[in-house]
Amino acid sequence: MPKITYVTHDGVETVVDVAQDDTVMRGAVLNGIKGIVAQCGGGASCGTCHVYVDPENTKPLSQMHQVEDELLYFTACERKENSRLSCQLPVTEEQDGLVVHMPEKQL
Amino acid sequence: MRGESVVVVGAGQAGCQVAVSLREQGHRGPITIVGDEQAAPYQRPPLTKAYLAGETDLAGLVLRQDSYYEDHGIKLIRNERVIGVDRRARVAVLGCARTIGYDHLVFATGARPRPLPIPGAEHVLNLRTVADADAIRRRLDGRIGLDVVVIGGGFIGLEFAAVVRKLRHEVTVVEAQPQVMQRAVSAETAQHLVNRHRSEGVQILTGTGVAAVREGLVELADGTVLVADLVVAGIGVIPNTEVAQRAGLAVDDGILVDAHLGTVDPRIRAVGDCARFASTHAGGLIRLESVQNATDQATTVAAAILGSAEPYTALPWFWSDQYDVKLQTAGLTNGHDRTVTVGDPAEGRFSVFCFKNDKLVGIEAYNRPIDFLMGRRILESGTALTPEVVARPGFDLRASQQKAA
Repeated sequence: MPKITYVTHDGVETVVDVAQDDTVMRGAVLNGIKGIVAQCGGGASCGTCHVYVDPENTKPLSQMHQVEDELLYFTACERKENSRLSCQLPVTEEQDGLVVHMPEKQL
Repeated sequence: MRGESVVVVGAGQAGCQVAVSLREQGHRGPITIVGDEQAAPYQRPPLTKAYLAGETDLAGLVLRQDSYYEDHGIKLIRNERVIGVDRRARVAVLGCARTIGYDHLVFATGARPRPLPIPGAEHVLNLRTVADADAIRRRLDGRIGLDVVVIGGGFIGLEFAAVVRKLRHEVTVVEAQPQVMQRAVSAETAQHLVNRHRSEGVQILTGTGVAAVREGLVELADGTVLVADLVVAGIGVIPNTEVAQRAGLAVDDGILVDAHLGTVDPRIRAVGDCARFASTHAGGLIRLESVQNATDQATTVAAAILGSAEPYTALPWFWSDQYDVKLQTAGLTNGHDRTVTVGDPAEGRFSVFCFKNDKLVGIEAYNRPIDFLMGRRILESGTALTPEVVARPGFDLRASQQKAA
């Protein structure tokens, strides 16, 4: 299974096996990793699964749709160039090794 | 306070979140969740969407991996019911007659589909659980062009209709009220949804009751007979309050709780679909059936068990996906007396601002997620926004708030 690394705001790293076609958000929530809230469960409705993709990332990522783009203006922490909603990041073998950083807060 | 034991009665979204929030907030004592389904706690909203469409399986719905519960010291008892609570002895009694002692007990018993009060109701399927969805999927499996009748035009009925239509069946929705989703949205939003369903080829009949269901047929109150290979009802739910009532707690269409979600017994609380609480947003007692309410109440109750005195005041919000329509509502719009529509209804992107006595009570965002999120903030902060301001040509919620800030 692809491995995704989650880094909390205070620097704690957790590596998780995420099932194919699950999302970066689900990988965190299923394993109880703090820092991703995902109030709506993955419906691109709430903007509480915000992550910063590692600046050194070379893995291909899904294209950003308009809804995600709009929601990212309303996340609790500032939007940066590498901001994504993790519910919109599906995981396949191509994302094996992806590193995401969690913001200080989601709400 | 450390070391106190918590028993959560019910393993739905609310029950699971009570346990998760307790651990996240530092609770060290034993936690037991008792649920009457075989599956580990899962999300219900996809049952009418991706799960029914076959786009995801149960593994895609579960709220936490099985290992999570073990790793976090949460005992999950499945396929089992709490049938009684002895408040004096502080024990929950299971169906197998075993008992579990508690220092705190949380009812998260949810609700069950309201039965159809008509002849032939035994031919009608409900959609509440994974087992219900599986039964429906088996009936639809691999076939197209079946005649499907949906009784009830609420969230469940319309989402179900949209998915079944996409699976290329012939769908008729029968709603007894003059408007679909009457409890949840304004007439404007409801009409747009109806138009959208009709444009997809779904027949929607409003103001029409169902008189009887027979094998292969649905008889309407006006005498019309619909052919039906499959009949599914979504006419609301009944909260599961029997155990609480037998335990001597106050029950009235829900377990009655105060602003802190506590019952008269300081060791017993209730959350989610089964709880009837004093809402600052509704100005009275309400019961809410939503993911937001389940998770936010669970978080409040976990904090209360750990000693917090914060009342439950979270703003209600909902969402519904039908075809490519994302409907998101913030606040409680029922009882509004005036609406102002912003955006472009013809393009399928608009928001309906609902006012009551010139006070904004809710926003329905139809493919306008920004309005939904902004609307939540405005409603949460209590910022005044009058219908006159919203009705001005070119009004833009985001721009208006940036100016205000």
